[in-house]
Order: sequence, then C-alpha cells, then structure tokens
Amino acid sequence: MILDGKCPTGPIQQTWDKHRFDLKLVNPANKRKYNVIVVGTGLAGGAAAASLGELGYNVQAFCYQDSPRRAHSIAAQGGINAAKNYPNDGDSIYRLFYDTIKGGDFRAREADVWRLAQVSNNIIDQCVAQGVPFARDYAGYLDNRSFGGAQVSRTFYARGQTGQQLLLGAYTALSRQINAGTVKMYNRREMLDLVVVDGVARGITVRNLITGEIESYAADAVCLATGGYVNVFYLSTNAMGCSVTAIWKAHKKGAFFANPCYTQIHPTCIPQAGDYQSKLTLMSESLRNDGRCWVPKKKEDCGKHPNEIPEDARDYYLERKYPSFGNLAPRDIASRAAKEACDDGRGVGPGGRGVYLDFAASIKRVGQPKIAERYGNLFEMYEKITDEDGYKRPMRMYPAPHYSMGGLWVDYNLMSNIPGLFVLGEANFSVHGANRLGASALMQGLADGYFVIPYTIGGYLAGIKDPGTIKADHPEFRKAEDDVKSSVNKYLSINGKKTTSEFMRELGSLMWENCGMARTKESLESNLQKIPALREEFWKNVKVSGTGADFNQQLENAGRTADFLEFAELMCRDALHRNESCGGHFREEYQELGEAQRDDVNYCYVGAWEYKGVGKEPELHKEPLKFDNVHLAIRSYK
Amino acid sequence: MSDHKTMTLTLIVWRQKDASDPGKFETYTAKNITEHHSFLEMLDVVNEDLILAGKEPIAFDHDCREGICGMCSQIINGAAHGGQERTTVCQLHMRKFKDGDTIYIEPWRARAFPIIKDLVVDRTALDTIVQAGAYVSCHTGGVPDGNAILIPKPIADESMDAAECIGCGACVAGCPNGAAMLFTGAKVSQFAVLPQGKGEAVTRVKALVKTMKECGFGNCTNHYECQAACPKGINVKFIARMNREFIKAQFA
Amino acid sequence: MQLFTTSIGKKILMAITGLCLVLFAVIHLIGNTTIFGWIPGGVNAYAHHLHAFPPMVYAFRAVMLVIAAVHIYYGIQLTVENRDCRQQAYAVKATKKTTFASENMIWTGLILLIFIVFHLLHFTAKMVPGMELVMDPHGTVDVFAMIVSAFKNIIIAVVYVGAMATLFLHISHGIQSLFQTFGITSDKSMPTIVKAGTVVALVLFLGYVSVPLSIFLNILK
Ligand SMILES: Cc1cc2nc3c(=O)[nH]c(=O)nc-3n(C[C@H](O)[C@H](O)[C@H](O)COP(=O)(O)OP(=O)(O)OC[C@H]3O[C@@H](n4cnc5c(N)ncnc54)[C@H](O)[C@@H]3O)c2cc1C
Ligand code: HEM
Ligand code: HEM
Ligand code: SF4
Ligand code: F3S
Ligand code: FES
Repeated sequence: MILDGKCPTGPIQQTWDKHRFDLKLVNPANKRKYNVIVVGTGLAGGAAAASLGELGYNVQAFCYQDSPRRAHSIAAQGGINAAKNYPNDGDSIYRLFYDTIKGGDFRAREADVWRLAQVSNNIIDQCVAQGVPFARDYAGYLDNRSFGGAQVSRTFYARGQTGQQLLLGAYTALSRQINAGTVKMYNRREMLDLVVVDGVARGITVRNLITGEIESYAADAVCLATGGYVNVFYLSTNAMGCSVTAIWKAHKKGAFFANPCYTQIHPTCIPQAGDYQSKLTLMSESLRNDGRCWVPKKKEDCGKHPNEIPEDARDYYLERKYPSFGNLAPRDIASRAAKEACDDGRGVGPGGRGVYLDFAASIKRVGQPKIAERYGNLFEMYEKITDEDGYKRPMRMYPAPHYSMGGLWVDYNLMSNIPGLFVLGEANFSVHGANRLGASALMQGLADGYFVIPYTIGGYLAGIKDPGTIKADHPEFRKAEDDVKSSVNKYLSINGKKTTSEFMRELGSLMWENCGMARTKESLESNLQKIPALREEFWKNVKVSGTGADFNQQLENAGRTADFLEFAELMCRDALHRNESCGGHFREEYQELGEAQRDDVNYCYVGAWEYKGVGKEPELHKEPLKFDNVHLAIRSYK
Repeated sequence: MSDHKTMTLTLIVWRQKDASDPGKFETYTAKNITEHHSFLEMLDVVNEDLILAGKEPIAFDHDCREGICGMCSQIINGAAHGGQERTTVCQLHMRKFKDGDTIYIEPWRARAFPIIKDLVVDRTALDTIVQAGAYVSCHTGGVPDGNAILIPKPIADESMDAAECIGCGACVAGCPNGAAMLFTGAKVSQFAVLPQGKGEAVTRVKALVKTMKECGFGNCTNHYECQAACPKGINVKFIARMNREFIKAQFA
Repeated sequence: MQLFTTSIGKKILMAITGLCLVLFAVIHLIGNTTIFGWIPGGVNAYAHHLHAFPPMVYAFRAVMLVIAAVHIYYGIQLTVENRDCRQQAYAVKATKKTTFASENMIWTGLILLIFIVFHLLHFTAKMVPGMELVMDPHGTVDVFAMIVSAFKNIIIAVVYVGAMATLFLHISHGIQSLFQTFGITSDKSMPTIVKAGTVVALVLFLGYVSVPLSIFLNILK
C-alpha cells in the first residue's frame, strides 16, 4: 500500500495556516461531550492533556510513574530550539526548517517540519507565560546557546535542566486543568492494550500498578505520547521504565510502525563500569567544544595511566579523520568513530569500551577556572559516578543509545492509520527523519502537544456525531482485559530460571552488537535468528515472583521485556530491508570512503510496517517523500 | 581503581506488604558489590538473588537513575537519599560504604505519604498541593512574546533556584514534623518572584498553605532538616518567602 | 481567618506571642537588675513605681495572660499535630540540623509553664510556704528582702537557675525561629540571625542568674 500523509499542498509557507482553516471545529458547548484519552504525560502528552482540557474536552490522562511530572522528558539537559532570531544572527523559520530536514538526512516530511519550525516561536512564548525560568541576561532578555547542526544561536535553555523546566511548565498547566476538573489524572497505570472497535480506536486497557487490577477506559479518541523505545538496547540514557509497550500494543492492533531502525546513539556518555550496570548517563554534547577525543595509537598502551601516554603515542581520531570539523563532528559520525577505535582494540577503561575526552589542552590554554565555569556541573556529575577527577585525568566516554526517531506512523494530523488513534512526541515517527538534531525533541513534543493536536483532533472529533456511545463495558474491552489478564497469569506461571533483567541484558547486547551503531546484512540476519530463539526461551524460562494482585515490579518488567522481544525483530527487519546508510541507520555495506551512503533513488520513503502476527513477516507500506523546497544533497564533514 | 575488590554488606530493610500490613525489618546480605555499583544497582543485585530464590524482591521506586525525575526515595541509615550532599539515592555510589557495613534501608515516613509496599510510598499529596494553585493561569496560545516582559537575570536565577525541586519528598521525609514547607515554599517562591506569577500571588499562597494541611502534612518548627535532606539543595529561604507571602496575603 | 486555621497562621501566632514573651523577659530582666541599685531606691522603688497605678497592672496582666494562653495553646496543638504527622522514627537517627533545643521546645516550654506558675505564687502572690516577708512601715512588702531571703535557700536558687537554663534553651531556638516565621530571613542573614538569637538568649540567661547567684554567693546582701 502506498501511504498518504495527507499533507496540505501549495506554498509551504501557507500549508499549516490553510490546513487549520480547513479543519472542522467542534462547537464549544459540545466539547465536554467528547472524551479523549491521553497516555503519557511527558512534554507531548502533558501539553496535549492540558490544552485539550482547557478547550473543554473531557480528558483522561495516564502515566506509569507516581506523578505526571516524572516523565522522562524531565531528563533533557541541553535546550530547546526556536526560530526567534533574537540574537539577530540570520535565523528564520525557513532556516530552522532547512536545518531540520537536512539534519534528518532527508527522511522527513517537508510539511510537518515546516509546521514544527513555524510553531517553535509560540512554544517559547507559551513557556515564558507559564513561568518557566529560562536563562536571561542582566537586562532581562532571553539568552541563547549554540547547538550542533546549526550555524545560528537558537537554543533556549534553563541551566542544565531545560527538559525539567519545560516539563514542569506543562505539568503545572496540566495540574491547573486537573483542579478545574477537565482532566482526570491516573497515575501508576500502565497501558497494556489499545481497544479498537469496528476499526476505530475507542479506549485502552491498563494495569493499576498499585492494586494489580486490570481497568478499561473508553473514549472518542486516544492519544499516545508514551516516549521512545531505545531501551530495546537495555543500556541507554532513557529512564528504566521507558518501553515500547504502549505503541507496540497499538501496532499489534493495526497501527503501522514507521522507520523502527532509526535510532540515535549519543557520542558522549559515561561508559559502562560493569555487567550489573542498569543505565548510562549522558554528558552534554557541549563538552566537545573544549575536550579532545583520543585513544592510544598502540593497543599495549591501553592499560596505562592516560597521563603517562606521550603526545605522539595518542590518536586524536576525530581531528585526524575530519580535519575541518574535528571534535565537533556530528553525533552519528563521532559515535561511529569511537566505536571503530574500540573495535580496533584501542579502547580504554573497563572492557576496553571507552575513549578519552581530554581537557588538558584547554585547561592549559584558558585555565581550570574557566573550564569549571563552563562545565563545572558536568565534571561534578562525572566524578560522582566514576570517582575520577576530569580536570586531572581525561574523562572516559562511550556512545550510548539515546533517542528513537522511528515510531508509529502518523499523517499530517498526527493520526495513525487507525482512525481515532493519535500519536505524539517521540512515540511517533516524527519530524526528525533518520537523525535528530540536538534541542529539537523538546520542540517537537511541545509543538505536538500545545499547537498541533488541539486543532487536528477537533477535525476528527467533529466528524463523530454520537460521542460517548461506546462504553468500557463493550465486549471488545472485555476481550482486551481477558488478554491482559491471561498474559499476566502466563508470566507468573512459567516459574523458570532466568529473571527478566537477564533476558533484557541478552536482548540488549544482541541489539547493540548487531543492530546498533553499525549494522550489516549478516549481523541483522543473525539477529533475526537469535531474537525469536530468545523470545521462545523467555516464554519457557522466565521467572517472575509474587502475584498479579498487588504492586509487582517484576511483572511490569516482564511485560515490557516481552514486548521488546517482539519489537526487536521488527527493528532488525527494518534495518535489513533499508539497503542504504542514512542518519542513525548505518549499514557498513553502504558507505563511500567511510561515510554514510544514502540511496535516494530506492529508499526515499517512510517505511511503515503492518503487523501480521508474532514471528510472522510484517507487511511493508511505503510513503514516498517529496522534496519541493529543499534539495536532496549529500552531507559531508571532512 | 580496584575492580577486583568486592564488598559484602548487611542490609536491614523495611518490608511491608501493603498499606495495612504493620511491616518489619528483614536482614539480607549483599555480596559481590564493587565500589562502582550505584546504591540501586546494589539493590538490583540483591533482588536478582531473591527472585531466583523464589522470594519477593524488595520493591523500591526509581526511574531516571540520574537524579532528576525525583522517583527514588529511600532512607539510608536514617538519612534521606543517604545523606550525601546534593545526591539522590540513584546517584549514591557504593564507594561511600565499606566492606562489612550494616545499612538500614527504610521508606519515607510521613503521614501524608502512606506506604504502598516496602520502600514505595504514595506521594500524590505533593501533586495535590501543586493542583491547588502552583501555576500561572495562562491559556495555551494568545500569550505575549517571550521578551515582552523583561526579567533580569538575578530574578530569573532566583526563580530557577526554587524551580530546581525534583518533587522527591525527601524534605518531608527528613522533617521531624513531616512538613512539606520546603516543597511548597519552593513552589510559592518560583512564581512569586516572576512578573508572570505576581497576579495570582495572593490566592496562590493561601490555597497552597491550606492544601498542605488538608493533605496531612505537619507544621514547620524551623528545624531546617529539610534543606539538609534535599538532593537539590533547595534553600529554606524559600520557606521564609512563603511565610512572608502568606503574611502579605492576609492584608491583601 | 487563615491566621487561626492554617499551619503557617498558627505559627505566626506562636511567633507574635513568643516575641511578646521575649520582650517581657527582656524588660523584666532590666527591672530585676535594679536590685543591684542602679536606680535610686533599687528594686523596691522599681516595684513601687510599677504598682503605682493598679488598673494598669491588671490590664497588663490580662494582656500577658492572653498572650501566654495563646502561646501555650497553639504550642501544644502544633506539637500534637506534628507527632501525628510523623509517627514512626527512623531506625538510625541521622539528623543534621536539629538541635537539642529545637527538638525539645514543647518540654522546655512546659517546664517554663510550671516555673511561671510557681514563680507567680512565689513573688507575685507570695504564697510559697516558708517565705519570710518583711513589711515596710506603709505595709508594702520589702521586695529586696524577699528576693534576698528566697535565694539564700539553695533549693530555690537551684530551681531558678534551672528554669533560666530552660528559658535559654527555649528562646535560643525561639528567637531565630520567629524571624524565619515572619519571613524576614534570607540565606545571607540566616547564620547571623541564628547567632544573634543565641547571644540574646545567653545574655538573658546570664542576666537572670546574676541575681540568685550573687545573692547565694553573698555578693548581694
Ligand atoms: C538524557 C537525555 C537528554 C536529552 N536532552 C535533550 C535536549 O537537550 N533537547 C532535546 O530537544 N531533547 C533532548 N532529549 C530528548 C527528549 O527529552 C525526549 O525525546 C522527549 O522529552 C520525549 O518526550 P515525550 O513526551 O515524547 O515522552 P516522555 O517524556 O518519555 O514521556 C512518556 C510518557 O509516557 C508514559 N508512558 C510510557 N509508556 C506508558 C504505558 N505503557 N502506559 C502508561 N504510560 C506510559 C510515561 O509515564 C510518560 O509520562 C534528551 C533525552 C535524554 C534521554
Ligand atoms: C531570677 C530570675 C527572676 C527574678 C529574681 C524574678 C523576680 C520577680 C519578682 C520580684 C516579681 C514580682 C514583682 C512584683 O510583684 O513586685 C516577679 C514577677 C513576675 N515574673 Fe519574675 N523573676 C525572675 C525570672 C522570671 C522569668 C524568667 C519569667 C518568665 C519569663 C518571669 C515572669 C514573671 C511574671 C510573669 C511576673 C508577674 C508580673 C506581674 O505582676 O504581672 N520572671 N518576678
Ligand atoms: C509557658 C509555656 C510555654 C510553652 C508550652 C511553650 C511552647 C512553645 C512551643 C511548642 C513552641 C514552638 C516550637 C517552635 O516553633 O520551634 C514555642 C515557640 C516559641 N516560644 Fe514558647 N513556650 C512557652 C513559653 C515561652 C516563654 C516564656 C517564652 C519567652 C520568654 C517563649 C518564647 C518562644 C518563642 C520566641 C518561640 C518561637 C516562635 C516561632 O518559632 O516563631 N515561650 N513555644
Ligand atoms: S524541596 Fe528538595 S527534598 Fe523537597 S521535594 Fe523538592 S527536591 Fe525533594
Ligand atoms: S525540617 Fe521541617 S520543621 Fe520546617 S524548616 Fe524544614 S519543614
Ligand atoms: S531515579 Fe530519578 S531521581 Fe533517582
């Protein structure tokens, strides 16, 4: 099937305004008759629930944490982009649009990206009005930072906690609606199924994580804003609870999964210290402004204290390979270069999984106080975790999975192919194409939540003439509940010999080794053998203790692991079918002089997969991408 | 670095099935712990052993494991988050302990935070306080340009100092009175200093203070233990500001 | 009115009444030191002046009684509520900022209450058994003689010194605490206020004990 993104046509500058005008409206007095479910309260879901509640819809919001404020958006450090052009350095909506399309390696829709760039300015205004304490100068004007992939200073920030402050802004707006009674918040509820009645999304089934009860909620539309899936690698910069579960369950109910193979690996994370490790910590990209990346030239030197390795025995590999960009090469390039060095046996630290990020030269040049002023909090964080002083010996860094560009397929209205199912934020396949630029995920989440869904959902709901007719006692809900209950009982009854974390670790290492920073036909095919085997073992040998009738974290993990075990296969399949290298998807076979080689003739499309059953081959649908405003070009950083 | 050296620790952990169970301490041994384990990873190791032995693992809240989501919440040897300065439990590393140490692990204790299971407590009372009015009542859309109202850096910084709160509830757990003054003070202050928040300053402080009591939090007697427990170093000056705003509100 | 219903409101009442009590203690101390004779006629003249206009005396006593009653009532109420809000102690005590004084406000307060009752019976009602009261020719009590004879008794002297130590504990936390309650502290001024509070409490303590001590040690006779 050829998918249609339903993008408005005409001059790109007018697409969103025209589309907004064309959308049907729901009469204000009628809005409260419509029920909307929002799953997830991160930037996307939190902003959506608050805005929809304010419009007058009857909203029910869900999250698995104990408070909507704890969604993983809270962890974002760096900042959020907007085309404000406050610094007068030549920024514009068009430039932000252009940078995002190019940064995404030409694998995103033009109209969606244009809209994102257009509403980016409203986001900043909105957050300021909510009381988000963005960084300001002494005169009181908003301050900007520079970020990768752009030649202008367009990143707004709040110390090293931008995501936190933006999320708290959305959370307070949401709290206001909860107080007003327009939003009902359900904490500690995990969505375990999507309920589809006659082909239309009508509700969800959740597990109450405190009591273990399986509950059903019905609505006229369901919005999923459940975040990314890079925990499929087990170790990632994501929170422990981040999972593919919500969108995977929707996929199994018919929603297409687009571009699952596009995952971003962030180059500067604190390396893994041991097998027991549970997650990886990101260190801001900005460190590469003053830090130099190197590994020893000789394998024998790897065990030595770095300060004892003389200059001429060091390989400053980024400076060597990319003389013009040097240490500031983009994320995907820098990550791959680090992996190459380690694969070559020249990695440092435990397991040889690390490269040095050395500040000695900068400290010599500008002095330690200056470096401390720029990155003090990061050095502190590094010391807390590693017990090493980054000022005295080079930091050790290693790339880590960080963001998923893929997700459920949505049209221009953010609606999936299932009518009534909307997908927002990192959970959809989104505007980032094959690679996301820094400071643009926050922008997308808030754009979707504050400024897109409130309009587009109205267009859908206006077409529903009988809101609220399907209730949670409909047979489809019973069926979904029974399915969930039986899988809960299944996990508990297997009583095998391996814990869920052991399975996740195994799956993670398969994915990291064979479908991580670099992929080959062979590695992916081997995964397509091993993953089903691991999945089979899981269903025979997993051990989940306790009962289903109370707070049981093992049970939560078991469900998430089971879904990752299915999803991983799709991810590998997508990576295998895409015979090109682009953005976060690097196929070793497809490179030219060591650089990613895109194939615009054969792969300039969104690949959206339709579920056909566990272990069965899914069906690929394509949405061709057209570039009328930006010309397809090759990225080079030499 | 000493990767080969491992520690063995005795853990005395609060186990409680649910809110109605009286609960009690149980003793466990944590083996093969290195100084690089984080405290939660140490508990992961203990839990894996418990699961394989067919016993119930220790339930504890956590999510981001990098000190920002505010989910993790444990009293370690009497101190919230383990008592290291500006450190959440998830950031606490085992190098702060010695081989052979005995460690007491308990949940947050406060009437407003009923225990759900083991070390997991219910902190929705903090959300209830926020819902009572810790926001600016602006609409989505139709707001002025971000630079329309200037906010000089010192004011933006003061607001940010308060806004850094991660909502973990350690201040309540650390307070001998189970008071939520630091949390609420931070909320009141974050908005009270900003031009955007001034309009509702009077109704906000009144509503929040009233809700604090309704949620079952205690009264402040200025012990300042909350600041010491706070992993983000939120300053008790924000409690003073809330008191000040409250007094002002009585005359408004 | 939120002053009487909310936790901060009640705290403010505690602070207002606490401040009045501290001010009374300061004035009372200044009055007491007249015993060292720095005004003509010493403490007797002072006592005489004070009682010169009875309606004033009663009005003042009524106000003080209300203040003390409010302070005690809310002090007990807040403490009871607080115990209820944190019923269980941690297995290990690891508090960093609390002090003996701050943790025992209710006990030092209640000891002060007992002391004040005793003290009023003693020097105001003059009903404590075994008191030697010397009358002057006008039929008024010789206050100087009353105090001196009282503190010759070691038990009385010890009771008073003990009470003064309790007072020290109570207000060493109380003074800095009321600044915080009124919201006039900042992170910069806080350490100074804490120190100043302790110094004031210490001065009061030393001032008050100087009387029984110098009598007991026969410096004042
Ligand atoms: C360490 C780190 C730093 C980052 N820094 C930046 C940055 O500087 N700039 C930038 O632009 N981006 C950054 N990002 C990316 C960005 O933070 C995320 O992509 C974005 O916040 C995702 O928002 P979201 O609303 O889509 O999802 P999330 O914030 O992940 O929210 C997911 C929500 O869904 C809920 N949920 C999930 N599954 C279920 C379920 N089954 N049932 C019920 N509820 C469920 C969760 O409870 C949660 O509320 C960073 C990411 C990380 C990990
Ligand atoms: C060594 C210390 C003290 C001495 C020698 C002392 C002495 C006296 C004397 C002589 C009187 C009677 C005055 C009169 O009726 O003419 C008096 C009254 C009183 N004292 Fe003290 N006092 C001491 C400490 C305190 C303290 C610490 C307090 C409480 C904070 C206190 C509270 C009072 C009160 C409330 C009265 C009654 C005032 C009245 O008549 O209305 N005294 N004191
Ligand atoms: C008579 C019996 C008394 C009782 C039962 C009592 C009890 C209390 C209690 C429970 C507190 C609250 C603790 C706190 O906030 O930290 C308190 C505070 C205080 N008390 Fe008393 N007290 C008594 C007498 C006094 C006296 C005689 C004085 C002064 C001379 C005094 C001065 C103060 C002050 C200044 C505070 C601090 C108020 C604040 O925190 O804002 N009290 N008292
Ligand atoms: S004030 Fe500090 S201790 Fe209290 S909830 Fe906020 S971050 Fe946690
Ligand atoms: S510890 Fe408690 S008593 Fe007040 S100053 Fe902090 S809330
Ligand atoms: S787990 Fe998020 S702060 Fe500790």
